[in-house]
This record gives sequence, C-alpha cells and structure tokens, in this order.
Amino acid sequence: MIRSEILREIAPIIRDHLVVCNIGLPSQELHMIDDQPTNFYMLGTMGLSSSIGLGLALSQPKTVISIDGDGSVLTNLGTLPTIANNVADNYILLIIDNGSYGSTGDQPTYAGKKTSLTAVAKACGCDNVVEVQDKDLGPVLQKAIDGKKMTVIVCKCDSGNIKLPVITMDPVVIRDRFMKAVQA
Amino acid sequence: MNIDKKIADDLVANDVTFVTTVPCKQLAGVIEEVEARDDIFHIPSNNENEGMGLCAGAYMGGKRPMIIMQNTAIGVTINTLATLTQFYRMPLPMLISYRGELREPVACQVEMAVHTKALLAQLNIPTYHFHWQKDVEEFDNILKYTFMCNKPVAILTDANFWGGYGDQ
Repeated sequence: MIRSEILREIAPIIRDHLVVCNIGLPSQELHMIDDQPTNFYMLGTMGLSSSIGLGLALSQPKTVISIDGDGSVLTNLGTLPTIANNVADNYILLIIDNGSYGSTGDQPTYAGKKTSLTAVAKACGCDNVVEVQDKDLGPVLQKAIDGKKMTVIVCKCDSGNIKLPVITMDPVVIRDRFMKAVQA
Repeated sequence: MNIDKKIADDLVANDVTFVTTVPCKQLAGVIEEVEARDDIFHIPSNNENEGMGLCAGAYMGGKRPMIIMQNTAIGVTINTLATLTQFYRMPLPMLISYRGELREPVACQVEMAVHTKALLAQLNIPTYHFHWQKDVEEFDNILKYTFMCNKPVAILTDANFWGGYGDQ
C-alpha cells in the first residue's frame, strides 16, 4: 500500500480526533480524502508535525494524532527524546514510513536503508512503540486510541504518490477552524 | 531586583504557562526559575525549531506559550518563523539571550550578533533590546503586546542586562 491508500483506510478512524498532518502530499491527500475541521494541515515547516502535535496534546485533553513521515522525523530527530520524556497519554505519533521523501520525488531516506525509526524511538525512551505493516495499521491505530497510552506507530509501506492539487485554504483559516474544533 | 523572578512573575501574571527552552549560560537563572514554578509547564527542546513547533501546538490547544533561546537560534529558525508562526499568525514571545554584545567574552558569538537585529528586521519581527536591568520593566507590556497582535516578538537580552560574566 502507498500512503494515500493508508490515509483512505484510516480516515474513518481518525476523523473524530485532532489530527496534525505533515507538510506536502500527506496534507494534500488527507484534505482531498476527508477534509475535517479537526485536521491541521501543515503548509510549511517540514519536520514539526510531531512537535506541534505533542504541544497540542500536552495543552488540552482530546486525543491528538500526528501524522508524520520517515523523512520528516529524520529532519527533526530530536523530537523523539522530547516525546519520550514528556508523556502525554492522549498523543499518538503515526509515522508513515515509506522509506522515501515522497513530496520531493521519492528520493530514498536512511529509514529505508539501515536506520530503523522503531529502534530509534525505543532507544530515545518512548515506551509504546509499535511497528506495523500497512495493511495491519487500522486495528493497531484504533487500539492505540482506545488504550489512552502515548504510542509511536511506525507503519511500513510502499513509496508512491498520486496526482492531486495543492491546498489553497488560507493558513489563518485552517488554524482558526482547527482551534474552534479543539475548543468544541 | 531579581530579574529571573520578575520575568517568571510576569509570565504567570500574563497566563503564559507553556514555556520551552534551549539553554544558554546567560539564561540559566531564568530557566531554573521557570522550572521551579508550579503554574508554568516547562518543556526543554533539543533545538529551537522543535520548540517553536511545541509552542504552536500549545497555542492551538489554548495555552499561551513562550520560547527562551539564544540569538544564534534566529539563524536556525527563520523558515519556522516565516512558514509556521507568521504564516498561521500565531503569537510567540521569544526571550533571547543576545550573545556577542557588550561584555561578551567569546569572539565567535559576535559573528551572529552582528546579524541578529538585521535578520529580525528583515522578518518584520517587533524587537526589543534589554541592556539595563531596569529594562525588564517593559517585559509585562511586551507580553501583552505579543498576545494582542498574534506575532512572534523578540526580546534581546545582552550580557550587561544579565550582569556580565564576572571575572571572564
């Protein structure tokens, strides 16, 4: 499965929760598949989906799912010790690990070579780290949401993209809509 | 006057309860004070980009955030300031240790100091410079200003403000 197929499959699971979605194609795909006020689309700043999600989870009680990529986590690897040492049980970091920088032309990442983000997350001190194959993600994600324990999920999948338009919604509108959904 | 305590008092009075820090020698006292306060959640960051991401999330979660960092971080965070904090119009007070200014003992720090105000000006970031201890009296107003206008705002604090480096 490629990332857009995964997002299509988990859309019904995540739609009632707060979602912080990674820059580029992941946000464009989620926006096209199931746009919700509870989705915060990143239009810039590669690497900070996990940090924004953690800050959000630590600041209010609703469940937060950060959708990140292997390349983005590698860009901001310092996020994993911060997550491990500041436990928010309403926080799930979902790393879609397709071993490539999808939005920029599928250049390979080190996570697709020798580096295991699952092992890195564990070494950083994250308590609940689950590596899962794409087709098995749904139940694992649902269990993590229901379990109310901070969880890092590394979902291994194929690289590949679909053609779709950029998000033209104004960033302040995205943010305002999202904040109203947080408060609702 | 204890400026570390004054800064922490002003944070609490302005409901700034989510503070992330990347350390600097000059900031050690204020970081210790922030850590000690029960009504402030202190979360150390591994770099300032991550810290600004945490602050963006905290703001959207209903908290008032602040980042404490060194001026070298301006060189690190320009993209984040432009495409996250400013693009989504979020408030972010930045208490910045202004290394490389008067009474600085480390020559390399001057290399970023000479760019600091120019970079902040280029980014249209409102910038205040604390040089004398009494300048801290403006801090309360700067916090109110920041959360009024929903912008990142820089408070540069030099070695003279913090009392210098003793015998160095």
